[in-house]
Amino acid sequence: MAKNCHNDYKMKFSGDEEYPDLSLHNNHMAKVLTRDIYQKLRGKSTPSGFTLDDIIQTGVDNPGHPFIMTVGCVAGDEESYEVFKDLLDPIISDRHGGYKPTDKHKTDLNFENLKGGDDLDPNYVLSSRVRTGRSIKGFTLPPHNSRGERRTIQKLSIEALATLSGEFKGKYYPLDGMTDAEQDQLINDHFLFDKPVSPLLTCAGMARDWPDARGIWHNESKTFLVWVNEEDHLRVISMQQGGNMKEVFRRFCTGLLKIEETFKKHNHGFMWNEHLGYVLTCPSNLGTGLRGGVHVKLPKLSTHAKFEEILTRLRLQKRGTGGVDTASVGGVFDISNADRLGSSEVDQVQLVVDGVKLMVAMEKKLEKSESIDDMIPAQK
Amino acid sequence: MMASFTRLIAGRNPAVLLASLGAGTVAAGVLLSDSSALSAEGKKSLYPPSADFPDLRKHNNCMAAALTPAIYAKLRDRVTPQNWTLDQSIQTGVDNPGHPFIKTVGCVAGDEESYEVFAELFDPIIKDRHNGYDPRTMTHPTDLDASKITNGVFDEKYVLSSRVRTGRSIRGLSLPPACSRSERREVERVVVTALAGLKGELTGRYYSLGDMTEQEQQQLIDDHFLFDKPVSPLLTCAFMARDWPDARGIWHNNEKNFLIWVNEEDHTRVISMEKGGNMKRVFERFCSGLKQVEQLIHERGWEFMWNERLGYILTCPSNLGTGLRAGVHVRLPNLSKDTRFSKILDNLRLQKRGTGGVDTAATGDTFDISNNDRLGKSEVELVQMLVDGVNYLIDCEKRLEKGQDIKVPSPVAQFKK
Repeated sequence: MAKNCHNDYKMKFSGDEEYPDLSLHNNHMAKVLTRDIYQKLRGKSTPSGFTLDDIIQTGVDNPGHPFIMTVGCVAGDEESYEVFKDLLDPIISDRHGGYKPTDKHKTDLNFENLKGGDDLDPNYVLSSRVRTGRSIKGFTLPPHNSRGERRTIQKLSIEALATLSGEFKGKYYPLDGMTDAEQDQLINDHFLFDKPVSPLLTCAGMARDWPDARGIWHNESKTFLVWVNEEDHLRVISMQQGGNMKEVFRRFCTGLLKIEETFKKHNHGFMWNEHLGYVLTCPSNLGTGLRGGVHVKLPKLSTHAKFEEILTRLRLQKRGTGGVDTASVGGVFDISNADRLGSSEVDQVQLVVDGVKLMVAMEKKLEKSESIDDMIPAQK
Repeated sequence: MMASFTRLIAGRNPAVLLASLGAGTVAAGVLLSDSSALSAEGKKSLYPPSADFPDLRKHNNCMAAALTPAIYAKLRDRVTPQNWTLDQSIQTGVDNPGHPFIKTVGCVAGDEESYEVFAELFDPIIKDRHNGYDPRTMTHPTDLDASKITNGVFDEKYVLSSRVRTGRSIRGLSLPPACSRSERREVERVVVTALAGLKGELTGRYYSLGDMTEQEQQQLIDDHFLFDKPVSPLLTCAFMARDWPDARGIWHNNEKNFLIWVNEEDHTRVISMEKGGNMKRVFERFCSGLKQVEQLIHERGWEFMWNERLGYILTCPSNLGTGLRAGVHVRLPNLSKDTRFSKILDNLRLQKRGTGGVDTAATGDTFDISNNDRLGKSEVELVQMLVDGVNYLIDCEKRLEKGQDIKVPSPVAQFKK
């Protein structure tokens, strides 16, 4: 059901009168949305009723973020990226390194194409993780979907996940149906996701009806995890302690492809096209939607003057160990790929594997008070 | 499997089909046999109201008590003239199952017409919240003649401050949950222009939330006038914080005893307040100010939302009628420890809050005591009830100080017959 199906009425007022005040804003949407673009797009709506104001509300309500340049807009359905391309294409280009409307995105989920990745030093690399998202064709996205749609997505997900076997045999825990014991266990495992508190998400309407039709599925060994109906229809996560990113990626690809097979069999493909790759709620997650990363101890390197530069050249980003909105604790950083669109899954995980290996080697040098100047990489 | 679905679909009513086969599987078949785009119209037939009915099993608010599947089915696909929907009205109640201190309403109006278009839901909620008031059969009295108040000056040994607030909505513009940016800006323009016409002790100034200087902001904080972006999920889930702080502001007179909030939870909130116990004077200024503002907007062709069934129309159904909360900050160290305190308040139709307002608990011996009721009694009646009630509480306090006993008063009568 449309969140603010108000558009015909709003067209009574002029574009100038409706144009948001973005004077204090610093996000991708605010950089791109001129009065002209607003005027051009304000009368449009996707077939399911998502409008320009719906797309930008989160960016209007959240002028900036202390650590990262936020996107400031969301898609309500697959068609948003087409109907509002005059706004979203420049944002995508800005966010994804100049990606053009005519560019094609490469998908590669063949884990055998990854070189190395099984030998990251576990004295430094504490854990490894790869996540992505998937949207199910034929449904609108979390900012826009109705309770009926969300419940159907949950139902289909449960059915699909129940067919998995072997290392992927697992169980689904609906957020509003779990016992206290189950909840405690999921918290201890660091699996439980909670109602979003970040205004970036709540202002985009993604927490509506919480916890209806939200849940967590994971396999018995707790190395493969699926979130249902949080920021995307599905978030798929492969993780384990230590530095064997190769194994994490193998499980990731294998599991994802199995899940996709099952969804396709029931006639629900994932949203994908050859220009944008996998279509997700946030434009920042288009392409692979993949964030592959490690928690790694870099107390010396992280205080080195060139740390940021090294990360940039390696096409990596740092976060605190609490995730996207946190700072690092005790010299341990979450290091992951910065790119999502324009390179494949294998490419991106390769960058993480190679980059982290190099940074651990630099850390060891710095421990011995040796210089790392000749190790600084060229821009990847 | 697919083939049999498409054959069935060709010949049968989709709603009947869904009921028998389960929405999810049929949704897939229908969608992928057409285009992949899910149209808003298509959604309505793919997902019958039963598929969208919210899970309210853990909920305790007026909306959850009133909303049956039958009412939802009837109202889900209706829209007001401004395209506001039932789902939007109830979103805040779905997202907020309960509140520790008060039974919340759980739904809001997006515009004046919401109360009519969704009457099947709002009427029982109004009845529940307002002591059985029936908008179909009863009328609400409006009376802003402050001269009728008697005994309206309290003993300042007990009463530290007095305050009366209400809200007013500008007819023709959508309410805070629904309004677009241009509508909100228009509310601001209409109100600020009108307030600029106030004179004498009501002469004052407007401070736009987005434009004020740091100095002005600090002053407003020190005066306890500044309102901030709502953090309560009751309001944010009802879309009232959108576009903050665009077109929000505070107006107050130079004397700092008459204050108007623009575009917070309502188009306007009007507040008259003073230190001390002169509730009569506070109410006099309140009535006089309101009447003058109304006159000033009339001159420009605007009016307040009002009708004789519901009185003044505001965003939250709890504020219909007078929208009036008259209250005092009063010290009641002995009475507050008496086990009969709550019963006395109940019978006097008063409520207690902490001195921080609606979501706070009392600290020490000082309470915010105000009227419970909003609809079905006039402003004068409610303020008189508050005055009589507070005088009674002070009397009890004095008696307890002297070691004398107190009596629980009989309950005040409900609606006039």
